[in-house]
Amino acid sequence: MSENFTKSMARNMFYGGAVFFFLLFVGLTFDTMRELPKRDHRENITPEVAQGKLLWEENDCIGCHTLLGEGAYFAPELGNVYTRFGKNKQAIMAFIKSRPVDGIEGRRSMPQFNFSDEQLNDIAEFLKWTSEINSAGWPPNIQG
Amino acid sequence: MQYQSQAVAKPYFIAALAMFAGQIIFGLIMGLQYVIGDFLFPEIPFNVARMVHTNLLIVWLLFGFMGAAYYLVPEESETELFSPKLAMALFWIFLVAGVLTIVGYLAVPYATLAKITGNDILPTMGREFLEQPTITKIGIVIVALGFLFNILMTVLKGRKTVITSVLLIGLGGLAVFFLFSFYNPDNLVLDKYFWWWTVHLWVEGVWELILGSILAFVLIKVTGVDREVIEKWLYVIIAMTLITGIIGTGHHYFWIGTPEYWQVLGSIFSALEPIPFFMMAVFAFNMVNRRRREHPNKVATLWALGTAVMSFLGAGVWGFMHTLAPVNYYTHGTQLTAAHAHMAFYGAYVMIVLCMISYAMPMMRGRAANSAKAQVVEMWGFWLMTISIVLITLFLTGAGILQVYMQRMGDAPMSFMVVQDKITLFYWLREAAGVVFLIGLITYFASFFVGGDEAASA
Repeated sequence: MSENFTKSMARNMFYGGAVFFFLLFVGLTFDTMRELPKRDHRENITPEVAQGKLLWEENDCIGCHTLLGEGAYFAPELGNVYTRFGKNKQAIMAFIKSRPVDGIEGRRSMPQFNFSDEQLNDIAEFLKWTSEINSAGWPPNIQG
Repeated sequence: MQYQSQAVAKPYFIAALAMFAGQIIFGLIMGLQYVIGDFLFPEIPFNVARMVHTNLLIVWLLFGFMGAAYYLVPEESETELFSPKLAMALFWIFLVAGVLTIVGYLAVPYATLAKITGNDILPTMGREFLEQPTITKIGIVIVALGFLFNILMTVLKGRKTVITSVLLIGLGGLAVFFLFSFYNPDNLVLDKYFWWWTVHLWVEGVWELILGSILAFVLIKVTGVDREVIEKWLYVIIAMTLITGIIGTGHHYFWIGTPEYWQVLGSIFSALEPIPFFMMAVFAFNMVNRRRREHPNKVATLWALGTAVMSFLGAGVWGFMHTLAPVNYYTHGTQLTAAHAHMAFYGAYVMIVLCMISYAMPMMRGRAANSAKAQVVEMWGFWLMTISIVLITLFLTGAGILQVYMQRMGDAPMSFMVVQDKITLFYWLREAAGVVFLIGLITYFASFFVGGDEAASA
């Protein structure tokens, strides 16, 4: 590296760059926070949706599925599962409910979680709300 | 070893390596579940195996970073560690908390673990990589603060160097950004937005500072190149890391409900993220070529060069491959992500910890380097693991390209599970490469027990 470029210049570049870009990031975050209500439809987060999210977390669904493309790649994307299932909450609930306890011979299977009907409804409500987030046109098609 | 208290690093390194072995075993279990879907079902469902795999990785890397800091800081500061007792106490607390958490994942259903640990009081569980019970997270914060205090007090009473300053900023950032793991609102978009403040700002931010400072330390030791030169490089590399990487967080904000301008910002800045990794590779080779001494520890130098090259390939090249928004639109959340993650984590973080262990362990065992025989065995471990991770990455990339093509492109896209069946061959090949990794790991472990004529004593 050139002798004209001194260590103190390198140090200033580090501290200056870090502070500047972190502040820029914070600024962009403020702007994003202002924009988000129009995109996430938070007015539709009912107690059922919130409870559904908690159930989603407490059963580690993200350990197999992706949600808006984030998570594990072992099982289908669920950000758009509500639309994929024909906007039918009952179909989602019936699918989760019908998973065999011992799995399916030789194949990947979702565990049987023994959810109550109320819990199944909460999860479906959470997935319905998630499908309505403005995700900039992602995923490319219904298959997720 | 110049200072007695550096020896506290040893148990940290041993625990790290033991957990590394666990991580690989669970990786092989998951790999098998990809092709034999009901393997160990319902006893160890895939999500549990994955939690164990990823959480062990995070925890053993943290053990590795801490061990590296305990070894490096006294030597850099030219003084004994502030409190070796505190370091040992935190070691046991962290180890017990870590082991209990893993046992919890395996022993009871996750929902039961959530209930036992009172997740409803402050729900933080069930988010990728942050699956630890809230109480474990609080434990991590306590351990991190105690550790930082110990390191900071050591630095304050001794010589201040660029390496220790950068390391401290990295470790401080690690603690601060982990606090975002406690923020978990009902709104999924907000949850995801700030989840990345822990995950991205760790692995593509402050962890790279830790990586840079450990690499700089080892390079000073093994090459004897003037500290001034190495420190200047270090500053420029980490400057580029943060200049590109902070706004580079935007590449996670394309499709999670955040405004579209992130597609532009995230694409531009993350396209620049390979630069610091490229510089790191140039830096490492440059320093080794300009070496002023022939250090007897050849294999530590190999790890140093290895981490520079593999992090550039894994984080730089494989990251760039799918980071532009128009490409990521198709590749987001596919096996391509997994391919990138494997090589990036191995190249950047696994290898830097193994590099430090390779340099420091012989010192702590009373010699400058292991015998030539032991080093050759360790080099076999290096090559087997490194070639295996390259193969794993290539096979997952093949799987990912096919997955994207069949599931997301064309007139008649197929469903996820149908596509998974069609790409089974690649998952078998990945599993075979994984077995090679395990053989490499066993070889690496064996190198610790190979005797032979010892090189010059420390």
